[in-house]
Amino acid sequence: MTQTEHNTILLEHAHLSRDARVLWNDLNLAVKAGEFIAVLGPNGSGKTSLLKVLLGLLPLSDGMLSILGAPVNKGNKHIGYIPQQKGFDADIPIRGRDLVQLGITGYRYGFSKASPLTEHRIDEAIETVGATLYANMPLGLLSGGEQQRLRVAQALVGKPDILLCDEPLLSLDIASQQTVTKLIDEYRQKQHASVIFVTHEVNPVLQYVDRILYLANGRWVIDTPDVVLQSKTLSGLYGTEIEVLKVKNRVLVLGAEDVEINHTGHHGAPA
Amino acid sequence: MTLPFYLSQPFAWHALLAATLIAIICGVIGTFVITRGMAFAVHGTSELAFTGAAAGLLIASNPIAGAFGGAIVVATVLGILGVKERERDTTIGVILAFGLGIGVLLLGYYHGFATQATNILFGNIFGVSNGQLFVLLGVGLLVLLAISVIYRPLLFASVDPEVASARGVPVKLLSIVFLYILALTVTAAAQIVGTLLVLSLAITPAAAAIRLATKPRSVVLLSVLFALLASVGGIILSLASNTLKPSVCVTTISFGLYVFARLYGKKTPTRTPKIL
Repeated sequence: MTQTEHNTILLEHAHLSRDARVLWNDLNLAVKAGEFIAVLGPNGSGKTSLLKVLLGLLPLSDGMLSILGAPVNKGNKHIGYIPQQKGFDADIPIRGRDLVQLGITGYRYGFSKASPLTEHRIDEAIETVGATLYANMPLGLLSGGEQQRLRVAQALVGKPDILLCDEPLLSLDIASQQTVTKLIDEYRQKQHASVIFVTHEVNPVLQYVDRILYLANGRWVIDTPDVVLQSKTLSGLYGTEIEVLKVKNRVLVLGAEDVEINHTGHHGAPA
Repeated sequence: MTLPFYLSQPFAWHALLAATLIAIICGVIGTFVITRGMAFAVHGTSELAFTGAAAGLLIASNPIAGAFGGAIVVATVLGILGVKERERDTTIGVILAFGLGIGVLLLGYYHGFATQATNILFGNIFGVSNGQLFVLLGVGLLVLLAISVIYRPLLFASVDPEVASARGVPVKLLSIVFLYILALTVTAAAQIVGTLLVLSLAITPAAAAIRLATKPRSVVLLSVLFALLASVGGIILSLASNTLKPSVCVTTISFGLYVFARLYGKKTPTRTPKIL
Protein backbone atom coordinates (compact mmCIF):
# COMPACT_ATOMS: atom_id res chain seq x y z
CA MET A 1 0.00 0.00 0.00
CA THR A 2 2.80 2.41 0.86
CA GLN A 3 4.15 1.79 -2.60
CA THR A 4 0.88 2.97 -4.14
CA GLU A 5 1.05 6.21 -2.23
CA HIS A 6 4.44 7.07 -3.59
CA ASN A 7 3.62 6.24 -7.15
CA THR A 8 1.59 8.56 -9.33
CA ILE A 9 0.89 5.78 -11.81
CA LEU A 10 0.89 2.10 -10.97
CA LEU A 11 0.24 -0.58 -13.58
CA GLU A 12 0.39 -4.20 -12.44
CA HIS A 13 0.23 -7.20 -14.76
CA ALA A 14 -1.50 -4.97 -17.25
CA HIS A 15 -2.61 -6.55 -20.48
CA LEU A 16 -4.04 -4.80 -23.51
CA SER A 17 -5.39 -6.42 -26.66
CA ARG A 18 -7.11 -4.68 -29.51
CA ASP A 19 -8.74 -6.48 -32.42
CA ALA A 20 -7.34 -9.81 -31.25
CA ARG A 21 -3.81 -8.37 -31.29
CA VAL A 22 -1.77 -8.22 -28.12
CA LEU A 23 -0.31 -4.74 -27.70
CA TRP A 24 1.42 -5.40 -24.43
CA ASN A 25 1.30 -8.17 -21.91
CA ASP A 26 2.02 -8.34 -18.20
CA LEU A 27 3.17 -4.72 -18.14
CA ASN A 28 4.39 -3.51 -14.77
CA LEU A 29 5.03 0.17 -14.45
CA ALA A 30 5.42 2.27 -11.32
CA VAL A 31 5.94 5.95 -12.01
CA LYS A 32 7.15 8.23 -9.26
CA ALA A 33 6.31 11.87 -8.74
CA GLY A 34 8.75 14.05 -10.64
CA GLU A 35 9.80 11.28 -12.96
CA PHE A 36 10.19 11.81 -16.73
CA ILE A 37 9.41 8.69 -18.71
CA ALA A 38 9.75 8.47 -22.47
CA VAL A 39 7.65 5.84 -24.23
CA LEU A 40 9.22 4.56 -27.42
CA GLY A 41 8.42 1.83 -29.90
CA PRO A 42 7.37 1.23 -33.49
CA ASN A 43 3.98 2.28 -34.88
CA GLY A 44 1.19 0.11 -33.57
CA SER A 45 3.09 -1.01 -30.49
CA GLY A 46 0.47 0.54 -28.20
CA LYS A 47 2.12 3.80 -27.14
CA THR A 48 -0.93 5.96 -27.70
CA SER A 49 -3.18 3.20 -26.36
CA LEU A 50 -1.19 3.33 -23.12
CA LEU A 51 -2.06 7.02 -22.77
CA LYS A 52 -5.71 6.24 -23.51
CA VAL A 53 -5.68 3.64 -20.77
CA LEU A 54 -4.20 6.16 -18.33
CA LEU A 55 -6.86 8.70 -19.36
CA GLY A 56 -9.60 6.16 -18.72
CA LEU A 57 -10.68 6.19 -22.37
CA LEU A 58 -9.70 2.57 -22.95
CA PRO A 59 -10.16 -0.25 -20.43
CA LEU A 60 -7.34 -2.68 -19.68
CA SER A 61 -7.98 -6.18 -20.99
CA ASP A 62 -6.55 -7.46 -17.75
CA GLY A 63 -4.49 -6.26 -14.80
CA MET A 64 -4.63 -3.37 -12.37
CA LEU A 65 -4.16 0.36 -12.75
CA SER A 66 -4.21 3.08 -10.16
CA ILE A 67 -3.69 6.79 -10.71
CA LEU A 68 -2.58 8.82 -7.68
CA GLY A 69 -3.67 5.98 -5.45
CA ALA A 70 -7.20 5.78 -6.87
CA PRO A 71 -8.87 3.78 -9.62
CA VAL A 72 -8.65 5.33 -13.08
CA ASN A 73 -11.46 7.69 -14.01
CA LYS A 74 -12.33 9.70 -17.11
CA GLY A 75 -11.69 13.44 -16.95
CA ASN A 76 -9.31 13.22 -13.99
CA LYS A 77 -8.39 16.83 -13.22
CA HIS A 78 -4.97 15.78 -11.94
CA ILE A 79 -3.94 14.72 -15.44
CA GLY A 80 -2.82 17.15 -18.13
CA TYR A 81 -2.71 16.11 -21.77
CA ILE A 82 -0.71 17.47 -24.68
CA PRO A 83 -1.53 16.05 -28.13
CA GLN A 84 0.27 16.23 -31.46
CA GLN A 85 0.45 19.60 -33.08
CA LYS A 86 -2.16 19.44 -35.82
CA GLY A 87 -2.86 23.05 -36.72
CA PHE A 88 -6.15 24.78 -36.13
CA ASP A 89 -8.33 26.02 -39.00
CA ALA A 90 -7.87 29.70 -39.80
CA ASP A 91 -11.55 30.47 -39.14
CA ILE A 92 -11.68 28.92 -35.69
CA PRO A 93 -13.51 31.50 -33.55
CA ILE A 94 -11.24 31.49 -30.49
CA ARG A 95 -8.01 33.16 -29.38
CA GLY A 96 -4.96 31.52 -27.92
CA ARG A 97 -6.08 32.59 -24.48
CA ASP A 98 -9.45 30.89 -24.93
CA LEU A 99 -7.71 27.61 -25.74
CA VAL A 100 -5.87 27.84 -22.42
CA GLN A 101 -9.08 28.76 -20.61
CA LEU A 102 -10.79 25.64 -21.99
CA GLY A 103 -8.21 23.69 -19.98
CA ILE A 104 -9.96 24.89 -16.82
CA THR A 105 -13.56 25.61 -17.79
CA GLY A 106 -13.98 23.48 -20.93
CA TYR A 107 -15.74 20.62 -19.18
CA ARG A 108 -18.08 22.76 -17.07
CA TYR A 109 -21.75 22.94 -17.99
CA GLY A 110 -23.86 26.06 -17.80
CA PHE A 111 -22.52 29.58 -17.57
CA SER A 112 -20.33 31.32 -15.05
CA LYS A 113 -17.97 34.21 -15.31
CA ALA A 114 -14.32 33.30 -14.98
CA SER A 115 -13.20 34.20 -11.47
CA PRO A 116 -10.22 36.53 -10.94
CA LEU A 117 -8.31 33.49 -9.68
CA THR A 118 -9.03 31.62 -12.91
CA GLU A 119 -8.00 34.65 -14.96
CA HIS A 120 -4.80 34.87 -12.94
CA ARG A 121 -3.98 31.22 -13.48
CA ILE A 122 -4.57 31.60 -17.22
CA ASP A 123 -2.27 34.64 -17.35
CA GLU A 124 0.32 32.73 -15.37
CA ALA A 125 0.21 29.66 -17.64
CA ILE A 126 0.47 31.86 -20.75
CA GLU A 127 3.42 33.69 -19.25
CA THR A 128 5.12 30.42 -18.30
CA VAL A 129 5.16 29.28 -21.92
CA GLY A 130 6.15 32.73 -23.16
CA ALA A 131 2.98 33.25 -25.21
CA THR A 132 1.85 36.56 -23.70
CA LEU A 133 2.56 38.51 -26.88
CA TYR A 134 0.22 36.56 -29.10
CA ALA A 135 -2.25 35.00 -26.65
CA ASN A 136 -5.00 37.42 -27.64
CA MET A 137 -4.67 36.77 -31.36
CA PRO A 138 -6.99 34.41 -33.26
CA LEU A 139 -5.66 30.90 -32.67
CA GLY A 140 -5.92 29.94 -36.34
CA LEU A 141 -3.47 32.66 -37.36
CA LEU A 142 -0.63 31.47 -35.12
CA SER A 143 2.27 29.30 -36.21
CA GLY A 144 2.49 25.62 -35.31
CA GLY A 145 5.10 26.30 -32.64
CA GLU A 146 3.03 29.07 -31.09
CA GLN A 147 -0.09 26.90 -31.08
CA GLN A 148 1.82 24.10 -29.41
CA ARG A 149 3.12 26.40 -26.66
CA LEU A 150 -0.48 27.36 -25.97
CA ARG A 151 -1.41 23.67 -25.84
CA VAL A 152 1.29 23.22 -23.22
CA ALA A 153 -0.19 26.16 -21.28
CA GLN A 154 -3.64 24.56 -21.62
CA ALA A 155 -2.33 21.33 -20.12
CA LEU A 156 -0.44 23.09 -17.31
CA VAL A 157 -3.11 25.58 -16.28
CA GLY A 158 -4.91 23.01 -14.14
CA LYS A 159 -1.63 22.25 -12.27
CA PRO A 160 -1.75 18.52 -13.00
CA ASP A 161 0.31 15.96 -11.09
CA ILE A 162 0.65 13.84 -14.20
CA LEU A 163 1.39 15.15 -17.68
CA LEU A 164 0.64 12.85 -20.60
CA CYS A 165 2.21 13.89 -23.91
CA ASP A 166 1.34 12.15 -27.18
CA GLU A 167 4.01 12.99 -29.77
CA PRO A 168 3.88 16.68 -28.87
CA LEU A 169 6.92 17.48 -31.01
CA LEU A 170 5.62 16.02 -34.25
CA SER A 171 5.67 18.50 -37.15
CA LEU A 172 7.43 21.16 -35.10
CA ASP A 173 10.71 22.71 -36.18
CA ILE A 174 13.81 21.90 -34.13
CA ALA A 175 13.76 25.17 -32.19
CA SER A 176 10.12 24.71 -31.20
CA GLN A 177 10.80 21.07 -30.28
CA GLN A 178 13.47 22.21 -27.86
CA THR A 179 11.27 24.95 -26.40
CA VAL A 180 8.27 22.69 -25.87
CA THR A 181 10.38 19.93 -24.32
CA LYS A 182 12.09 22.41 -22.01
CA LEU A 183 8.76 23.90 -20.91
CA ILE A 184 7.44 20.45 -20.05
CA ASP A 185 10.57 19.63 -18.10
CA GLU A 186 10.53 22.94 -16.20
CA TYR A 187 6.96 22.29 -15.15
CA ARG A 188 7.90 18.77 -14.02
CA GLN A 189 10.66 20.10 -11.81
CA LYS A 190 8.61 22.96 -10.38
CA GLN A 191 5.51 20.91 -9.58
CA HIS A 192 7.26 17.59 -9.02
CA ALA A 193 4.93 16.14 -11.64
CA SER A 194 5.26 12.86 -13.51
CA VAL A 195 5.70 13.12 -17.27
CA ILE A 196 4.82 10.32 -19.68
CA PHE A 197 6.16 11.36 -23.04
CA VAL A 198 5.24 9.28 -26.07
CA THR A 199 7.62 9.95 -28.93
CA HIS A 200 9.23 8.29 -31.90
CA GLU A 201 12.33 10.43 -31.53
CA VAL A 202 14.25 9.99 -28.32
CA ASN A 203 16.95 12.56 -29.00
CA PRO A 204 15.00 15.78 -28.28
CA VAL A 205 14.06 14.46 -24.82
CA LEU A 206 17.12 12.36 -24.02
CA GLN A 207 18.71 14.88 -21.65
CA TYR A 208 15.57 15.02 -19.47
CA VAL A 209 14.55 11.38 -19.42
CA ASP A 210 14.82 9.31 -16.24
CA ARG A 211 13.59 6.06 -17.70
CA ILE A 212 12.51 4.74 -21.08
CA LEU A 213 9.57 2.40 -21.61
CA TYR A 214 10.21 0.65 -24.90
CA LEU A 215 7.29 -1.26 -26.43
CA ALA A 216 7.68 -3.66 -29.35
CA ASN A 217 6.08 -6.88 -30.56
CA GLY A 218 3.81 -7.20 -27.54
CA ARG A 219 6.88 -7.09 -25.30
CA TRP A 220 8.27 -4.24 -23.27
CA VAL A 221 11.29 -3.13 -21.32
CA ILE A 222 11.69 -0.27 -18.90
CA ASP A 223 14.95 1.06 -17.56
CA THR A 224 17.32 4.01 -17.70
CA PRO A 225 18.27 5.26 -21.19
CA ASP A 226 21.76 3.79 -20.84
CA VAL A 227 20.36 0.30 -20.33
CA VAL A 228 17.45 0.43 -22.77
CA LEU A 229 19.29 2.08 -25.64
CA GLN A 230 21.74 -0.76 -26.13
CA SER A 231 22.03 -3.12 -29.03
CA LYS A 232 21.62 -6.10 -26.71
CA THR A 233 18.47 -4.84 -24.97
CA LEU A 234 16.67 -3.81 -28.13
CA SER A 235 17.74 -6.91 -30.06
CA GLY A 236 16.16 -8.98 -27.31
CA LEU A 237 12.99 -6.90 -27.43
CA TYR A 238 12.55 -6.96 -31.20
CA GLY A 239 13.79 -10.54 -31.50
CA THR A 240 16.04 -9.48 -34.34
CA GLU A 241 19.40 -7.81 -34.60
CA ILE A 242 19.27 -4.14 -33.67
CA GLU A 243 22.21 -1.83 -33.69
CA VAL A 244 22.31 1.17 -31.37
CA LEU A 245 24.86 3.81 -32.27
CA LYS A 246 25.86 6.75 -30.14
CA VAL A 247 27.11 9.67 -32.17
CA LYS A 248 28.13 12.60 -30.03
CA ASN A 249 25.10 13.02 -27.78
CA ARG A 250 22.67 11.48 -30.21
CA VAL A 251 21.32 7.96 -30.32
CA LEU A 252 20.62 6.12 -33.55
CA VAL A 253 18.72 2.84 -33.60
CA LEU A 254 19.31 0.76 -36.72
CA GLY A 255 17.88 -2.52 -37.90
CA ALA A 256 14.30 -2.64 -36.72
CA GLU A 257 11.96 -3.07 -39.68
CA ASP A 258 10.16 0.14 -39.02
CA VAL A 259 12.82 1.98 -37.15
CA GLU A 260 11.20 5.04 -35.78
CA ILE A 261 13.53 6.73 -33.40
CA ASN A 262 16.59 7.36 -35.46
CA HIS A 263 15.71 9.64 -38.29
CA THR A 264 16.40 13.08 -36.99
CA GLY A 265 19.47 14.39 -38.69
CA HIS A 266 21.34 17.30 -37.23
CA HIS A 267 19.77 19.69 -39.67
CA GLY A 268 16.89 17.63 -40.94
CA ALA A 269 13.31 18.64 -40.30
CA PRO A 270 11.24 15.96 -38.61
CA ALA A 271 8.73 14.06 -40.67
CA MET B 1 -50.45 49.63 -48.29
CA THR B 2 -47.70 51.25 -46.34
CA LEU B 3 -45.23 50.04 -43.75
CA PRO B 4 -46.96 51.81 -40.82
CA PHE B 5 -50.19 50.08 -41.81
CA TYR B 6 -48.53 46.67 -41.88
CA LEU B 7 -46.82 47.28 -38.56
CA SER B 8 -50.22 47.85 -36.98
CA GLN B 9 -51.31 44.35 -38.00
CA PRO B 10 -50.88 41.37 -35.69
CA PHE B 11 -49.55 39.12 -38.50
CA ALA B 12 -46.55 41.42 -38.91
CA TRP B 13 -45.83 41.34 -35.19
CA HIS B 14 -46.09 37.58 -35.12
CA ALA B 15 -43.62 37.40 -37.97
CA LEU B 16 -41.20 39.81 -36.32
CA LEU B 17 -41.39 38.00 -33.00
CA ALA B 18 -40.68 34.64 -34.63
CA ALA B 19 -37.89 36.17 -36.71
CA THR B 20 -36.23 37.63 -33.62
CA LEU B 21 -36.11 34.37 -31.74
CA ILE B 22 -35.03 32.39 -34.80
CA ALA B 23 -32.27 34.90 -35.52
CA ILE B 24 -30.93 34.57 -32.00
CA ILE B 25 -30.65 30.81 -32.15
CA CYS B 26 -29.29 30.85 -35.70
CA GLY B 27 -26.63 33.36 -34.73
CA VAL B 28 -25.46 31.21 -31.84
CA ILE B 29 -25.65 27.89 -33.68
CA GLY B 30 -23.93 29.30 -36.77
CA THR B 31 -20.59 29.74 -35.01
CA PHE B 32 -20.66 26.08 -34.01
CA VAL B 33 -21.72 25.02 -37.50
CA ILE B 34 -18.63 26.73 -38.94
CA THR B 35 -16.25 25.51 -36.24
CA ARG B 36 -17.48 21.95 -36.70
CA GLY B 37 -17.49 22.19 -40.51
CA MET B 38 -21.16 21.28 -40.74
CA ALA B 39 -22.44 23.57 -43.51
CA PHE B 40 -23.49 20.60 -45.58
CA ALA B 41 -25.26 19.05 -42.61
CA VAL B 42 -27.33 22.23 -42.32
CA HIS B 43 -28.25 22.05 -45.98
CA GLY B 44 -28.99 18.33 -45.84
CA THR B 45 -31.11 18.59 -42.72
CA SER B 46 -33.16 21.40 -44.17
CA GLU B 47 -33.71 19.61 -47.49
CA LEU B 48 -35.05 16.68 -45.55
CA ALA B 49 -37.15 18.95 -43.42
CA PHE B 50 -38.73 19.75 -46.79
CA THR B 51 -39.59 16.08 -47.25
CA GLY B 52 -41.05 16.04 -43.76
CA ALA B 53 -43.01 19.20 -44.51
CA ALA B 54 -44.40 17.65 -47.69
CA ALA B 55 -45.49 14.61 -45.70
CA GLY B 56 -46.99 16.81 -42.98
CA LEU B 57 -48.86 18.82 -45.59
CA LEU B 58 -50.25 15.72 -47.26
CA ILE B 59 -51.21 13.82 -44.13
CA ALA B 60 -52.33 16.51 -41.71
CA SER B 61 -52.14 19.83 -43.57
CA ASN B 62 -49.43 20.76 -41.09
CA PRO B 63 -46.10 21.34 -42.87
CA ILE B 64 -44.34 22.75 -39.81
CA ALA B 65 -44.96 19.69 -37.65
CA GLY B 66 -43.92 17.53 -40.58
CA ALA B 67 -40.73 19.53 -41.08
CA PHE B 68 -39.75 19.15 -37.41
CA GLY B 69 -40.48 15.44 -37.64
CA GLY B 70 -38.37 15.09 -40.77
CA ALA B 71 -35.44 16.97 -39.28
CA ILE B 72 -35.51 14.85 -36.12
CA VAL B 73 -35.48 11.68 -38.22
CA VAL B 74 -32.46 12.96 -40.16
CA ALA B 75 -30.57 13.91 -37.00
CA THR B 76 -31.21 10.43 -35.62
CA VAL B 77 -30.08 8.72 -38.82
CA LEU B 78 -26.91 10.85 -39.00
CA GLY B 79 -26.22 10.12 -35.35
CA ILE B 80 -26.54 6.38 -35.95
CA LEU B 81 -24.66 6.26 -39.24
CA GLY B 82 -21.66 8.13 -37.91
CA VAL B 83 -20.76 11.70 -37.36
CA LYS B 84 -17.15 11.73 -38.47
CA GLU B 85 -16.57 14.68 -40.73
CA ARG B 86 -15.53 12.90 -43.92
CA GLU B 87 -18.09 10.10 -43.83
CA ARG B 88 -20.74 12.48 -42.62
CA ASP B 89 -20.82 14.58 -45.79
CA THR B 90 -21.07 11.47 -47.93
CA THR B 91 -23.83 10.05 -45.75
CA ILE B 92 -25.73 13.33 -45.89
CA GLY B 93 -25.42 13.47 -49.67
CA VAL B 94 -26.82 9.96 -50.01
CA ILE B 95 -29.74 10.54 -47.63
CA LEU B 96 -30.45 14.00 -49.03
CA ALA B 97 -30.81 12.79 -52.60
CA PHE B 98 -33.15 9.96 -51.65
CA GLY B 99 -35.14 12.06 -49.18
CA LEU B 100 -35.71 14.87 -51.68
CA GLY B 101 -36.98 12.31 -54.16
CA ILE B 102 -39.56 11.15 -51.65
CA GLY B 103 -40.50 14.78 -51.01
CA VAL B 104 -41.17 15.31 -54.68
CA LEU B 105 -43.23 12.13 -54.76
CA LEU B 106 -45.30 13.27 -51.78
CA LEU B 107 -45.93 16.69 -53.26
CA GLY B 108 -47.18 14.98 -56.39
CA TYR B 109 -50.04 13.54 -54.34
CA TYR B 110 -50.89 16.90 -52.82
CA HIS B 111 -53.77 18.67 -54.51
CA GLY B 112 -54.23 21.68 -52.24
CA PHE B 113 -52.90 25.15 -52.83
CA ALA B 114 -49.70 25.08 -54.82
CA THR B 115 -48.33 28.02 -52.84
CA GLN B 116 -48.25 25.80 -49.76
CA ALA B 117 -45.56 23.73 -51.45
CA THR B 118 -43.44 26.66 -52.60
CA ASN B 119 -43.79 28.19 -49.14
CA ILE B 120 -41.93 25.22 -47.74
CA LEU B 121 -39.06 25.76 -50.16
CA PHE B 122 -38.88 29.55 -50.01
CA GLY B 123 -40.52 30.38 -46.71
CA ASN B 124 -43.57 32.36 -45.76
CA ILE B 125 -43.23 33.85 -42.34
CA PHE B 126 -46.39 35.91 -42.84
CA GLY B 127 -48.38 32.72 -43.00
CA VAL B 128 -47.39 31.69 -39.48
CA SER B 129 -50.51 31.09 -37.42
CA ASN B 130 -50.72 31.76 -33.70
CA GLY B 131 -50.50 28.06 -32.92
CA GLN B 132 -47.42 27.64 -35.10
CA LEU B 133 -45.88 30.70 -33.53
CA PHE B 134 -46.14 29.07 -30.13
CA VAL B 135 -44.46 25.98 -31.52
CA LEU B 136 -41.61 28.09 -32.92
CA LEU B 137 -41.26 29.98 -29.63
CA GLY B 138 -41.15 26.72 -27.69
CA VAL B 139 -38.55 25.18 -30.00
CA GLY B 140 -36.47 28.36 -29.94
CA LEU B 141 -36.43 28.51 -26.15
CA LEU B 142 -35.59 24.81 -25.91
CA VAL B 143 -32.62 25.25 -28.25
CA LEU B 144 -31.44 28.32 -26.37
CA LEU B 145 -31.67 26.49 -23.06
CA ALA B 146 -29.82 23.43 -24.39
CA ILE B 147 -27.04 25.55 -25.87
CA SER B 148 -26.57 27.59 -22.73
CA VAL B 149 -26.16 24.39 -20.71
CA ILE B 150 -23.65 22.70 -23.01
CA TYR B 151 -21.97 25.83 -24.42
CA ARG B 152 -18.48 25.37 -22.95
CA PRO B 153 -18.08 21.60 -23.37
CA LEU B 154 -19.51 21.94 -26.90
CA LEU B 155 -16.99 24.68 -27.71
CA PHE B 156 -14.18 22.52 -26.28
CA ALA B 157 -15.35 19.48 -28.25
CA SER B 158 -15.75 21.56 -31.42
CA VAL B 159 -12.37 23.29 -31.46
CA ASP B 160 -10.26 20.58 -29.88
CA PRO B 161 -12.01 17.18 -29.87
CA GLU B 162 -8.92 15.14 -28.99
CA VAL B 163 -7.99 17.09 -25.87
CA ALA B 164 -11.64 17.54 -24.91
CA SER B 165 -12.13 13.79 -24.92
CA ALA B 166 -8.89 13.31 -22.97
CA ARG B 167 -10.26 15.72 -20.38
CA GLY B 168 -13.43 13.70 -20.00
CA VAL B 169 -15.79 15.75 -22.19
CA PRO B 170 -18.36 13.39 -23.78
CA VAL B 171 -17.44 14.40 -27.33
CA LYS B 172 -19.58 11.80 -29.13
CA LEU B 173 -22.66 12.44 -27.05
CA LEU B 174 -22.31 16.19 -27.56
CA SER B 175 -22.09 15.80 -31.31
CA ILE B 176 -25.34 13.83 -31.31
CA VAL B 177 -27.04 16.41 -29.08
CA PHE B 178 -25.78 19.11 -31.42
CA LEU B 179 -27.30 17.30 -34.41
CA TYR B 180 -30.73 17.58 -32.75
CA ILE B 181 -30.17 21.22 -31.82
CA LEU B 182 -29.17 21.85 -35.41
CA ALA B 183 -32.20 20.02 -36.78
CA LEU B 184 -34.58 22.09 -34.66
CA THR B 185 -32.83 25.36 -35.48
CA VAL B 186 -32.72 24.68 -39.18
CA THR B 187 -36.40 23.79 -39.32
CA ALA B 188 -37.34 26.91 -37.41
CA ALA B 189 -35.22 29.06 -39.72
CA ALA B 190 -36.86 27.43 -42.73
CA GLN B 191 -40.15 29.02 -41.68
CA ILE B 192 -38.67 32.42 -42.54
CA VAL B 193 -36.46 31.81 -45.55
CA GLY B 194 -37.59 28.36 -46.62
CA THR B 195 -35.68 25.09 -46.62
CA LEU B 196 -33.61 26.05 -49.66
CA LEU B 197 -32.27 29.28 -48.17
CA VAL B 198 -31.64 28.24 -44.57
CA LEU B 199 -27.89 28.70 -44.90
CA SER B 200 -28.41 32.45 -45.21
CA LEU B 201 -29.37 32.50 -41.52
CA ALA B 202 -27.55 29.45 -40.20
CA ILE B 203 -24.12 30.17 -41.68
CA THR B 204 -23.73 33.57 -43.31
CA PRO B 205 -24.11 35.80 -40.21
CA ALA B 206 -21.64 33.65 -38.25
CA ALA B 207 -19.21 33.56 -41.18
CA ALA B 208 -19.31 37.36 -41.31
CA ALA B 209 -18.92 37.68 -37.53
CA ILE B 210 -15.86 35.43 -37.41
CA ARG B 211 -14.12 37.81 -39.82
CA LEU B 212 -14.82 40.84 -37.67
CA ALA B 213 -14.38 39.66 -34.07
CA THR B 214 -11.86 37.51 -32.22
CA LYS B 215 -13.22 36.91 -28.71
CA PRO B 216 -15.60 33.92 -28.72
CA ARG B 217 -18.28 35.94 -26.94
CA SER B 218 -17.97 38.86 -29.37
CA VAL B 219 -18.20 36.46 -32.30
CA VAL B 220 -21.44 34.98 -30.97
CA LEU B 221 -22.95 38.39 -30.16
CA LEU B 222 -22.02 39.83 -33.54
CA SER B 223 -23.34 36.74 -35.28
CA VAL B 224 -26.67 37.14 -33.45
CA LEU B 225 -26.75 40.84 -34.34
CA PHE B 226 -26.17 40.07 -38.03
CA ALA B 227 -28.82 37.37 -38.02
CA LEU B 228 -31.25 39.84 -36.43
CA LEU B 229 -30.42 42.52 -39.00
CA ALA B 230 -31.00 40.02 -41.79
CA SER B 231 -34.21 38.42 -40.54
CA VAL B 232 -36.00 41.31 -38.85
CA GLY B 233 -34.58 43.82 -41.33
CA GLY B 234 -35.52 41.59 -44.23
CA ILE B 235 -39.12 41.28 -43.05
CA ILE B 236 -39.49 45.04 -42.57
CA LEU B 237 -37.91 45.68 -45.95
CA SER B 238 -40.30 43.22 -47.52
CA LEU B 239 -43.29 44.95 -45.92
CA ALA B 240 -42.02 48.36 -46.97
CA SER B 241 -41.44 47.30 -50.54
CA ASN B 242 -44.90 45.73 -50.78
CA THR B 243 -43.68 43.38 -53.50
CA LEU B 244 -40.43 41.70 -52.48
CA LYS B 245 -40.67 38.32 -50.77
CA PRO B 246 -39.22 38.28 -47.23
CA SER B 247 -36.78 35.48 -48.05
CA VAL B 248 -35.30 37.55 -50.88
CA CYS B 249 -34.73 40.48 -48.53
CA VAL B 250 -33.32 38.27 -45.76
CA THR B 251 -30.80 36.51 -48.00
CA THR B 252 -29.76 39.82 -49.60
CA ILE B 253 -29.11 41.60 -46.30
CA SER B 254 -27.31 38.55 -44.96
CA PHE B 255 -25.09 38.34 -48.03
CA GLY B 256 -24.44 42.09 -47.93
CA LEU B 257 -23.19 41.78 -44.34
CA TYR B 258 -20.89 38.97 -45.38
CA VAL B 259 -19.47 40.99 -48.27
CA PHE B 260 -18.89 43.86 -45.84
CA ALA B 261 -17.05 41.53 -43.47
CA ARG B 262 -14.91 40.17 -46.30
CA LEU B 263 -13.96 43.68 -47.31
CA TYR B 264 -13.31 45.14 -43.88
CA GLY B 265 -12.58 42.10 -41.75
CA LYS B 266 -9.21 40.67 -40.73
CA LYS B 267 -8.25 39.66 -44.24
CA THR B 268 -4.56 39.79 -43.57
CA PRO B 269 -3.66 38.92 -40.01
CA THR B 270 -2.11 41.86 -38.25
CA ARG B 271 0.62 40.06 -36.41
CA THR B 272 2.54 41.40 -33.51
CA PRO B 273 6.14 41.43 -34.67
CA LYS B 274 8.16 38.74 -32.98
CA ILE B 275 11.19 40.94 -32.47
CA LEU B 276 10.73 43.45 -29.76
